[in-house]
Amino acid sequence: MKFQSQAVAKPYFIAAIVLFIGQIIFGLVMGLQYVIGDFLFPAIPFNVARMVHTNLLIIWLLFGFMGSAYYLIPEESETELYSPKLAIALFWIFLAAGVLTIIGYLAVPYATLAHITGNDLLPTMGREFLEMPTITKVGIVIVALGFLFNIGMTVLKGRKTAISMIMIMGQVGLAVFFLFSFYNPENLILDKIFWWWVVHLWVEGVWELIMGSILAFVLIKTTGVDREIIEKWLYMIIAMALITGILGTGHHYFWIGAPEYWQLIGSVFSAMEPIPFFMMTLFAFNMVNQRRREHPNKAAVLWALGTAVMAFLGAGVWGFLHTLAPVNYFTHGTQITAAHGHMAFYGAYVMIVLTMISYSMPMMRGRAAANSKASQTVEMWSFWLMTVAMVFITLFLTGAGILQIFLQRMGDSPQNFMVVQERIQIFYWLREAAGVMFFIGLMTYVASFFVKGKEATLKG
Amino acid sequence: MLNTSTKSPLPGDVAMWVLILAELSVFALLFLTYAVNRQIHPELFFNGQQQLHPIAGSIITIALLSASFFVALSVNLFKQQKSRRAAYAMWTAVSFGLVYLAVKSWEYQQLFDLDIGLSTDSFFTFYYLLTVFHLLHVILGLGLLCYVASKLLTSKWHEPNIMESIASYWHMVDLVWLILFPLLYLVH
Repeated sequence: MKFQSQAVAKPYFIAAIVLFIGQIIFGLVMGLQYVIGDFLFPAIPFNVARMVHTNLLIIWLLFGFMGSAYYLIPEESETELYSPKLAIALFWIFLAAGVLTIIGYLAVPYATLAHITGNDLLPTMGREFLEMPTITKVGIVIVALGFLFNIGMTVLKGRKTAISMIMIMGQVGLAVFFLFSFYNPENLILDKIFWWWVVHLWVEGVWELIMGSILAFVLIKTTGVDREIIEKWLYMIIAMALITGILGTGHHYFWIGAPEYWQLIGSVFSAMEPIPFFMMTLFAFNMVNQRRREHPNKAAVLWALGTAVMAFLGAGVWGFLHTLAPVNYFTHGTQITAAHGHMAFYGAYVMIVLTMISYSMPMMRGRAAANSKASQTVEMWSFWLMTVAMVFITLFLTGAGILQIFLQRMGDSPQNFMVVQERIQIFYWLREAAGVMFFIGLMTYVASFFVKGKEATLKG
Repeated sequence: MLNTSTKSPLPGDVAMWVLILAELSVFALLFLTYAVNRQIHPELFFNGQQQLHPIAGSIITIALLSASFFVALSVNLFKQQKSRRAAYAMWTAVSFGLVYLAVKSWEYQQLFDLDIGLSTDSFFTFYYLLTVFHLLHVILGLGLLCYVASKLLTSKWHEPNIMESIASYWHMVDLVWLILFPLLYLVH
C-alpha cells in the first residue's frame, strides 16, 4: 500500500462481502420459493425476499465501488486521500442506512414502511430495484456527495490520470442518474422511461466506466504494461460503451408506450453493446500476455481475466440474445431476462469488485503484495466454484425461459402463466442446486481470508 | 494489432482504427436495417425521399469532401514542417464543416415546418436517426479539428500520431456520408 489513507477501503470491502452473503442467502430462499411457493410464508413472502436480494446487491456493489475508488484514487493521484475521516464517517452512515432499510423490509409490511418513513411527503417508493424509502434515497445522495467531494479533492491536489478521471466520471454519473429515482410522475409511461435512466444508464452506462477504470488499474499493477497502452484501450472501451449504451436505453422502450421508433434505435444500438465488453476481453488477455512482470497475486489476475470473459458472456452475449425488438416481443419478462440479469451482474460488477478486493485486500492487511500460496489456492477454488455455478444458473434459467416462451407465448394453444411455471419446475430445482454450489463457493471465498502461510513475493 | 507502439502500415494510432471499425459497424448495421425496411415499404420510402432536397444533400457532400481535402492537405503540410500553413488548411476544413452544419440545420427546419418528425413514418425515423447520428460525429470531428488547428497555430506542437489519428477519424465521417447521401436522397 503506497498511502496510509487507502486503508479506508477495507471496511467498505468487508461490508460488501458481508452484504453479499446476505444477498445470496435471500437468493436461495427465493429460489426455493419458486418451487415451494409457501416456503417461509408469511414471514418472508417472495416479493420481500426478491426486494432484499436485489437491493442488497445494489448496496454491496456501491460499497465495493466506493471502496475501490478510495483505494485507487490516492494511488493514481499519488497523494493521501483528502479526508479519511469523512470516508469512515460516510461508511457508517451508509451501512446504518443500508442495514436499517433491509431490517425495515423484513420487519414490517412494505406499506407500513412507506407510511412510517414519510413516503407521502415525497413518494418515490414501490418501484422495482428502487424500493428503498425516500429517506434512504436521501441518505444515499448525501453519502454520494460526500464521497465525490472527498475523491474529487484528492484528484485535484494530486496527479490526474485517465484512470482516475474515468473513475470520477463514472461515480459522478452514478450519483447524477440516481437523482432520477426522486422523479416519480403520475404517468406510468413517463415513470418507466425515467426509471430506466437510473437502472439502464447505471448498468449499461456509467458503471461500465467504473468497471473499465478498475480493470485498467489492476492490469497496470499486475502486468506492468505501459500506462500509455492501457489508457488507450480504456479510452476506446469507454467511447464504445457510451456510444452504444446511451441510445441502447431504447431497448427498454419497446413495449412501455414510448414512440415506435425506439424499437429501431433500441435494437440497433443495443445490438452493439457487446462490442465494449468484447474489447475488454481482448484488452485483459492481451495485457496479461504482454506482461512485463510476474505478479505474485495470481488470484487477482484470475479475477481480472474472469470478469472480462464473464461480462462479455453475461452482459454481451446473453444481452444480445433478447435485445432485438422482434425477439424481445416473445422473450420480454421471461426467465431469459433473469438468466441475463444473473450472469451480467455477476460477470461485470460482482467480479470486478472481487478483482479489486483480491488485488488490494492483501496489502491492506499488511502483506507486501499478495496472500500466501495456500490462501490464493483457496481463493481460486472459490472463483471456479462461483463462476461455474453462475454458468449453470444462467443455463438453467435460459432453459426455463426457452420452454416458458414456447409453452406460454407460441404455438396453437398457449398455456397460462401458472400452468407453465409448474411445467418448468425441473429447471428451477436445478437452478436452486447451482445456487447452493454458488453459496459454497462464496463460503470458500470467505474462508480464503483466514488461510495462513508464507507470503508470495514479488519477482521481476 | 495490440502492441500499439510498433510501427503499423495504418496512418495514426491503431487504437483509432479499432474505434473507426467499431463505428463503421454501427453504421453498417443501421444501413442494413434501413435496406430491410425499405424492401418492406418501398412506396413509403419513395414518398419520404421526395420530401428531401437533393441539392442541399449535394452541397453537404461537396462541403464534406472539401473539408477532407483540406484535412489531408494540412497533414501533408504538417509533415513538411509548415505548421502555419497546415493550421490555415485545417481552419479552412473547419469552415467547410460549418457549411455542413448550416445546410443540415436549414434542412431540418424545412422538415419541421412541414410537421415532419421522428415518428412521422419509418422512413423519417431512419432519416433523422441516421443523419442526427452522423451529425453528432461531425460535431465531434469538428471539435477535434479545431483542437489540432489551434495547436498548430500556437505552439511548437509536434504530434504526427494525434494529427493522423484525427484526420483518419474525419475521413471516416466523410466516408459514412458518401454512403448516407445516395442511400437517403438519391436511390429510388
